Amino acid sequence: MGQIVFGALAPHPPHLVYAANPPQNEPTAECGWETLRWGYERLADRLSTIEYDTIVVLSPHWQTYVGTHFLGVERFHSLSVDPIFPNLFRYRYDLTVDVPLAEQLCAAASEAGLVTKMMRNPDFRVDYGTIVSCHLTNPTWDKPIVSISSQRSAAFYSVEVMQEQMLALGRATARAIEASDRRVVLLASESLSHRHFVSEADIPEDMSREHITNHHQYLWDMKLIEMLRTGRTREVVDLMPEFTEQAVSESDSGALTWLISALSFPRYTAELYGYGTVIGTGNAVMGWVPREAR
Amino acid sequence: MSDSDPTELEAPEPGTVYGLLVPGLPQPLLCPGAGAGYQRLHDAFAAARRQLLAHEPDLLLVYSTMWPSIIGHQIQADPQPEWVHVDELFHDLGSIPYRFRIDEGFAHQLRDALDARGLTARTVAYHGFPIDTGSVVALKLLNPDNSVPAVIISSNVYSDRAETVVVGKACRDAILAGGRRAAVVVVGTLSNRLFTDWIDPADDRIHSLKDDEWNRKILEFLGQGRLEDTAQLSREIHRQIRVPKVVNFKSMWFWSAVMGQHNQFDGEVFAYEALHGTGGAVVGLAPCGSGVGDKEFDEDDVEQFHGDRDVLA
Repeated sequence: MGQIVFGALAPHPPHLVYAANPPQNEPTAECGWETLRWGYERLADRLSTIEYDTIVVLSPHWQTYVGTHFLGVERFHSLSVDPIFPNLFRYRYDLTVDVPLAEQLCAAASEAGLVTKMMRNPDFRVDYGTIVSCHLTNPTWDKPIVSISSQRSAAFYSVEVMQEQMLALGRATARAIEASDRRVVLLASESLSHRHFVSEADIPEDMSREHITNHHQYLWDMKLIEMLRTGRTREVVDLMPEFTEQAVSESDSGALTWLISALSFPRYTAELYGYGTVIGTGNAVMGWVPREAR
Repeated sequence: MSDSDPTELEAPEPGTVYGLLVPGLPQPLLCPGAGAGYQRLHDAFAAARRQLLAHEPDLLLVYSTMWPSIIGHQIQADPQPEWVHVDELFHDLGSIPYRFRIDEGFAHQLRDALDARGLTARTVAYHGFPIDTGSVVALKLLNPDNSVPAVIISSNVYSDRAETVVVGKACRDAILAGGRRAAVVVVGTLSNRLFTDWIDPADDRIHSLKDDEWNRKILEFLGQGRLEDTAQLSREIHRQIRVPKVVNFKSMWFWSAVMGQHNQFDGEVFAYEALHGTGGAVVGLAPCGSGVGDKEFDEDDVEQFHGDRDVLA
């Protein structure tokens, strides 16, 4: 019987890969965003104590307005250039996809009444949100992944409609994993508050320029983190419409709602590995180890 | 009596010699035969291309609402970008190999012109940069042989009217300063509500009667050459028929600003069809000396961008 062995809030600012200077990324940096990068290192350390087979990630940067899509090709290797920050992220990736699990997830979501589609085009370029979150969680890329698109129902309808769909997708995800033989890590690839600065320092990693865009967003970030740390996940979902609107949050992607649902609304403490801002946005790296997986 | 060489042809006037609005979804390029409407749009691109070339442009300036940016505006400056593109939503329709001819020099002039008006802008010239589906579709269908060099400019997700109008004016500055004859191609839909389930392309239609009525009103204006009048309606159009993915419906602000902010155009609607529920139209505007006079506009005119005023969006 399969199992979710770990879940994480794993934001995807490309700046974090840029600052870490991995060989896959062409641009190089002196430093930058250490509190978040060290947070990801703590997450990776934690994950090194847990045995798992596959990483499943939901990314806001694979945006699908018709249904939820799942990567369905065994291997992708290409160049990912960030459309917003191409000066920072030009990353050569080579990844494998757990296609059987992707198909099971897709089928379960479809059975739950969601519109779905498998992505079978071998020329498809994997989105940078998926790549950044997976790289920072597992820099060796020695595990296959499943990438799930973000169905943009928050824009098309409302955060409430988005949440209904993501709650259903989360339940379907849990059911499909349980029915499989996989030990799975789930990643919600998103920031918390998400209002960017619209200019960039000449030296992008100049940390004297880095701070939250405004105090209001910091307050929201701290409120969400505190609720997640104390197991108040149902309250987080209840509060999500206000949070999404007022903090201009990337939770409009549905990733966090999906994760909370797949983890069955954890009431246990989320581990906080790090918090930091990236070009004004608020980012927390947090993890949940389900009791049955401990 | 002139003593110039009578055989010497008069240099064509620089400026914005033609304008086009085209949709950016990939169906007219990848599967025109899947639906009669897709085929009509495909054919309309071809007709628009003929009109465009008849105005002898030496530059295609593409403003794509499907290329979002955050750090100001980005301008494509890779002289020959080459890739095999796949749309993130309609990936099952197939892959789009492309190689474009970009006017690198003008891209830099454009960046300088934006900078001079207080805007943040930068050029991008990186192998593998993900050119958006809308720009790819427009350039493949309007300029398949790359006979006219192009430049592509992004649409900032946070920019509202003031910034967008100034971007348009800066583009006009660069066109005039460079003595260029530019055709301006705006990539975007009218109503943008897609069906959220899969449909048979043969059954495609505009998502709602309300969307359809607004689309037809916009096309009535544009068909009369009333570009600035349409631009003045942008906020209302956004409220009525736009899924609010960005702060506002800004393509008409850009288009009018770069074309000179008036209504003196010969408008031609080549086609109007549904694309998975959205309103896809191919519309051409040729500057002319007459046309519908300017109305009493409600919106302010802006010359210089004075930066982000920390208004939450």
